[in-house]
Amino acid sequence: MWLLMTALAAVITTAIWYVRAPEDKYKLGLLSLMFWGATLMWFVDHVMAYLTEGGEFLEISPDATLLGVSVIILALLVWEIVLLVSDPKGVLKRVLKR
Amino acid sequence: MACFLVPGGEAIVTTVVQKVVKSREKKAGGEGGNKTGLKWSQRLSWLNKLLWGGTILLALEHVWHGEVVPWPPFLTAMENPADVAPMLHEMATIGVAMAVCVTVVWTIIVVVAELKVKAAPEVEAKPASGGE
Repeated sequence: MWLLMTALAAVITTAIWYVRAPEDKYKLGLLSLMFWGATLMWFVDHVMAYLTEGGEFLEISPDATLLGVSVIILALLVWEIVLLVSDPKGVLKRVLKR
Repeated sequence: MACFLVPGGEAIVTTVVQKVVKSREKKAGGEGGNKTGLKWSQRLSWLNKLLWGGTILLALEHVWHGEVVPWPPFLTAMENPADVAPMLHEMATIGVAMAVCVTVVWTIIVVVAELKVKAAPEVEAKPASGGE
């Protein structure tokens, strides 16, 4: 389930990035690539586990859904930290100067 | 078990390579790109973002499933000697496959970007010539 949710997040962030491109002031390219990286890795993991062990390709359960939500929250958190540290709008500088 | 450590290791290497390439490009006066204008440091930053993003999010999944813990030896598979060999096997198979897959996708992205950048002046020239 977390594979599907991460893939959905990757598709949505890529679409938003594309709408705003070539400007990437808010580093949506970073967020998009983070989601795509995880999606690719989990896809490989799921395919290999399915081929070697069999069973269900996608684990659909409340626990798996909660993990998907947590993964998206962590990615957004990392993106926001990078955004705040780089401060492209200079908001933090203005706030701290007051 | 610990498959995410392989792309994580690759991410460390590519980050160091990107830093070195970026400093060389600065020394060369920003002439690090080829005819298309895409710099190698820029291309490598895409790979770094893919690898680091995947590694961080997969690390959370491993913590969630109790495969990674915040105390030594950090990997629960290391606590039992019988689990070490399967862990290394998983790293050698799934971990390497993950790293290869991400790198192949990045290579495709770079090739497509190069082709797009090369084609861009021709595309831009068409409306101007067609408008007259």
